[in-house]
Amino acid sequence: MAPARTRQFALLACALLLAAFPLVGGTFYVQLVVKVMILAIFAMSLDLLIGFTGLVSFGHAAYFGLAGYALALLGPKYEAASLWWSLPAAMAVCALFAFLTGLLVLRTRGIFFIMVTLAFAQMLFFVFHDTKLGGGSDGIYIYNKPELKLGDFALANLDKTEHFYWLVLVLMVAVYLLLARVLGSTFGRALVGIKVNEHRMQALGFPVFRYKLASYVLAGALGGLSGYLAAVQFGFVNPEILSWHQSGAVMMMVILGGMGTLYGPVLGAFAFVLLQEAFSNQAWFGAWAKHWQLAMGLFIILVAMYLPQGLAGLLQKFGRKDEAAQAEEEHG
Amino acid sequence: MDFAFFLIQLLNGLQYGLLLFLVASGLTLIFGIMGIINLAHGSFYMLGAYLAWSLAGLTGSLVAAILVAVPLTVVFGMALEWLLIRRLYERDHLFQVLLTYGLILVFEEMRSILWGDDVHGVPVPALLNASIPLTENLSYPVYRLFISAVCLLLALGLYLLIQKTRLGMMIRAGASNRDMVQSLGINIKFIYTLVFAIGVALAAFAGMINAPLSSVFPNMGGQVLIICFVVVVIGGIGSVKGAMVASLMIGLADTFGQVLLPEVAGMIVYLLMAIVLVWRPAGLFGRA
Repeated sequence: MAPARTRQFALLACALLLAAFPLVGGTFYVQLVVKVMILAIFAMSLDLLIGFTGLVSFGHAAYFGLAGYALALLGPKYEAASLWWSLPAAMAVCALFAFLTGLLVLRTRGIFFIMVTLAFAQMLFFVFHDTKLGGGSDGIYIYNKPELKLGDFALANLDKTEHFYWLVLVLMVAVYLLLARVLGSTFGRALVGIKVNEHRMQALGFPVFRYKLASYVLAGALGGLSGYLAAVQFGFVNPEILSWHQSGAVMMMVILGGMGTLYGPVLGAFAFVLLQEAFSNQAWFGAWAKHWQLAMGLFIILVAMYLPQGLAGLLQKFGRKDEAAQAEEEHG
Repeated sequence: MDFAFFLIQLLNGLQYGLLLFLVASGLTLIFGIMGIINLAHGSFYMLGAYLAWSLAGLTGSLVAAILVAVPLTVVFGMALEWLLIRRLYERDHLFQVLLTYGLILVFEEMRSILWGDDVHGVPVPALLNASIPLTENLSYPVYRLFISAVCLLLALGLYLLIQKTRLGMMIRAGASNRDMVQSLGINIKFIYTLVFAIGVALAAFAGMINAPLSSVFPNMGGQVLIICFVVVVIGGIGSVKGAMVASLMIGLADTFGQVLLPEVAGMIVYLLMAIVLVWRPAGLFGRA
């Protein structure tokens, strides 16, 4: 069986398993998986930048937070907003912010790019932290979850955990398919070309800056999608959601899962959240559970040193071994 | 705003800028010479502050604490470079970001385990605990002037070290061509270790000397780190002169911003950075 086919089947199986999970899982675990899937969307959007365009953004939390604030501020205070306009609006705000900052940050490269993306995210952090616009450091509550209606018929009731779960799952799969589609197109190929050798792509006549900007804006909008969903799930937003720790965590998910693979970051989001839950589990680690960040920090260091291709890299390695063994059998 | 008030803010801004320079100069040297993006640099500032607090508590004197703590941080910096940072030279910036991000988490939790999560004050040394009266009800603390003077001296020392000494020559040569320097028989590995340790010690020293003013608290490194990133971006990577100019700009902009426009003060430094980037994408003194 061709590896691409194997992967498609594996992904389809995973999606079906995920779809069935709320039927058997307890509420706590269903909510945990919702959180993971939201982060998976977030990580996939960053993978478009890090893994495919070669833009190491360290300010991706900006979009995560901005979309949440957009929902909180644009939506009516005591009624439910309609998902049909509030989600596109939140994503549009993120796309706009990405476009405006992208014009600046994409003029820089290397270490500069990392620092400047961080600095712009931090600027946004202070906008919400220091001014009264978004309730300062306390943040804002979102009292009502958005409605998803077709005419008068409610497609889903997002107050119900399972309904929200399935919505997030559908959106996660949609984002995966969208990005896979985009990356398979000429545009996507050109992005990978830019990652490998920007000057060559320039010499070949590709509008490199515009392509990078388009990628940056798309990643921002999709990051916004995840931030919107997170704000819906938790029912409030505060400046912490756009802090640089959030940017660091999502970068960790991308690399842990395997950058430049698209399904890797989804794996990474699962692994990251499950590890976090494990390290902070008092039954397992007792008094050390309070200091779970120590274990997480050490783990991150180990991944950075010894697992540059992430979990996806490990899978591929085993996959290749299997293929080699199979080939040997056939020829031997 | 009358003159005395303006003078106080001006001195505060300069003092803050000079302090930022201590942290940012190490950061820019490590970027410029070793090509390493080091997110954990703010943790060294925090480490310095906590060392100053705990040792000043033991010895009863901040000066004694600093004298003991600075060599400790140099050794710490060398060990860290030898153990971890050294493995990152050939690697993509992405992994440098990741590893040093992991280090931040480790350092913060070590701090929490060793020293707890409380906020602590550090007393100003008795000798410097005085104020210079400016008007009837406004005065300026001597300790702040002392910090500015010490930072200026260190900046001068750093300049002389890099521009006028043999070691400085080797450092500059190592920044432009590592392999060439190596083949000329200079131990470039040791030079890198040294540069890293100097950067660590400068950041930690800034934390120590500023501890009486800022007090000592968890996550104090994070904010300093990001402001220092802005300084490095504005000044240009690897430029110590740029770090000095940008530090003073940021120090003054932030201090006057806090006084004149408190609502937007947090954003001013980033706006400044955005403006500089439009004008000069490689920073004021950076090589494009």
